[in-house]
Amino acid sequence: MSSPTSTPETSKPAATPRLARTLAVTSGKGGVGKTFVSANLAAALARQGLRVLVLDADLGLANLDVVLNLYPKITLHDVFTGKAQLEEAILPAPGGFSVLLAGSGLVEYSRLTPEVRDQLQHIIETVSPRFDVLIIDTGAGISDVVLYAVSLAHEIIVVATPEPTSMTDAYATIKVLSSQQSRESLHLVVNQVSRAGEGRAICTQLQTVVDRFVQGPNGVVPKLHFLGEVPTDPAVRQAIQKRQLLMELMPGSPAAQGIVQIATKLTPR
Amino acid sequence: MDLLAGLEPPITSDFAPLTALEGSFCAGMRLEPALKMLAQAGWSLPEGLALGSQPWLQSVVDGLCEISSRDALTGLSNRRLFEAAIGREVDRVARIGEPALLLMVDIDHFKKVNDTHGHAAGDVVIQSVAASLQDCVRPMDTVARIGGEEFAIILPNCPPAFGQTVAERVRHKVATSPVVVIGGQQLSITISIGGAFAPQWVRSSASLWCERADQQLYRAKTEGRNRTCLEMPPLTVVSAEEKSLLFAGFAQSDFIADSGPIDFVPKTTE
Repeated sequence: MSSPTSTPETSKPAATPRLARTLAVTSGKGGVGKTFVSANLAAALARQGLRVLVLDADLGLANLDVVLNLYPKITLHDVFTGKAQLEEAILPAPGGFSVLLAGSGLVEYSRLTPEVRDQLQHIIETVSPRFDVLIIDTGAGISDVVLYAVSLAHEIIVVATPEPTSMTDAYATIKVLSSQQSRESLHLVVNQVSRAGEGRAICTQLQTVVDRFVQGPNGVVPKLHFLGEVPTDPAVRQAIQKRQLLMELMPGSPAAQGIVQIATKLTPR
Repeated sequence: MDLLAGLEPPITSDFAPLTALEGSFCAGMRLEPALKMLAQAGWSLPEGLALGSQPWLQSVVDGLCEISSRDALTGLSNRRLFEAAIGREVDRVARIGEPALLLMVDIDHFKKVNDTHGHAAGDVVIQSVAASLQDCVRPMDTVARIGGEEFAIILPNCPPAFGQTVAERVRHKVATSPVVVIGGQQLSITISIGGAFAPQWVRSSASLWCERADQQLYRAKTEGRNRTCLEMPPLTVVSAEEKSLLFAGFAQSDFIADSGPIDFVPKTTE
C-alpha cells in the first residue's frame, strides 16, 4: 500500500469489499438504443476512473457482442453449462470496462427457469465486490427474465425515445416495475431526441400519467428521475456501422456528450 | 390407541407423575395434562407404541404440535400456523418468483346469524363454511381460520390467470351449500372474498400482503357482499385513457417529424 500510483487490481486493500452499484438498463420496446446506452455509459463511467462491468442479460437475443465487435470463445453460455469458470468469461472491452457477454446458444435460457435465476443471482453476487458499477443490459420487453434481471439491480434506467410506441412501452415498464417490484424511483434516459429539452418534456409527460394511474402495492407513486437525453446524431450510426463505441470513435460528438452528461449526473461530485 | 388406556387408576391429579410410566423412558414426567388435552381433541396415537417409550413420547409431542396449530372448532389451521405458513410463502416467492395468491374470506352478516339463531348455530355455520373452503382447494394450499368468522387461504404457485376462477369457485361453493342448523332449519350463507398476489422476486412482508388482500375484502364488502375482489395483477396493458394523457400536449406533427426512420446520410464529423 506504499505505492502512490494507482494499480487498480493489486493496491486495493482486501478488508472492506464494497459492492458494486448495480444499474439495470431496460426499455420495454426493443430498438431504442438500450445496448448502445449501456455500452457507452459504461465507457463514460470508466473514464471517470470507475471499475465498470456490463452484464449482457439479454439472454435470448444478445447483441452487446455486435456493438462491441467482440466474439469471445468463452461466454455466459459456457458458465451456465459449467464448461468455463466465471472468471474466464469476464473480458476487457474497448471502452476500458469489462463485459460478461451472453453469446449465442443462450436461447435455451431465454425462459426463466430456477437454473437461470440461480445463475444470474450467483454471477451478480460474485462480481459485485470487484467493481464499482455493474450495468445489467436487459432484453426488450417485460418478460419474466427481464423482470428478474431488473429485480437484481439497485437502480433502474429506463431508455425511451420520443416515438409514441417507445413512450407507451416505457410507461408500461414503469407500471409493471412499480406494481411488481414496488420500485419507488426510476431513472429515465431519452435517446434520439431531435431538439434540446425534448427528453425532459417526455419525462414530465410520463410522470403526469404515472401520477394519475400508477401506484405500487405499498401505495407509493414512482418518481421518474430524468438522467439526460441523447440527441439524434449521425455519429451514432457511424459508430454502430464501424462496430466501435461512440465514446471511443467520436467522443466529441453531440450524442457522446449526451452520454457523458448522463454519466456525470449518475455519479455526482 | 386409547390415550388413557393402561393408565388406570383414573388420573386424579394433573400434577402427579403417572405410576404406569414408572420404570419407563418417561418415568417421573408429568404428562397427564398433555394426554388429557390430546384425548379431549380426539387425537389418537399410532398403534403399537410401548407406553412410556421414546417413540411414544415423540408421538405425544407430535400430537401436541398438531393440535396447537389447529383451530379447535373447525380443524383448520389456526392463526399461529397461518402466520408461519405465510412467512414461509413470502420467502419462497421472493426466492423462486412463483406467483402466489392470498385470499381473505369473511362470512357475510354473521352477526345476524348469531343474533337470530344463537351462538350454537353460528358455530355450525363456521364449521360448514370451513368444510366448504377446504373442499375447494388443493392439498398444498393452507386454509386457516384467523378470526371469529374470518378465514384465509394461501395458494402457492397460483398463476394470476387462475386467481379469479379459484376465488369464484370458493365463493360459489359456499353460496350453494345451505347450512342445516340445530332445529333443522336451513340457512343460506354467503361469503365475501378479497385476494392479492405476492410480489414476485421481491422481499416483501407477510403483513403487507395481508393488508392488500384485506383491502380487497373491504372492497367486496362495500360493493355488496357475496362477491370476490382480487387486486389486479400487474397490468402490462396501457389503457386508451392512459395513452391519450401520455400524448397530450404533443402535437401530432411532432411525432411525424420526430419518429421518422433513422436513416441518416452519414456526415463525416471526424
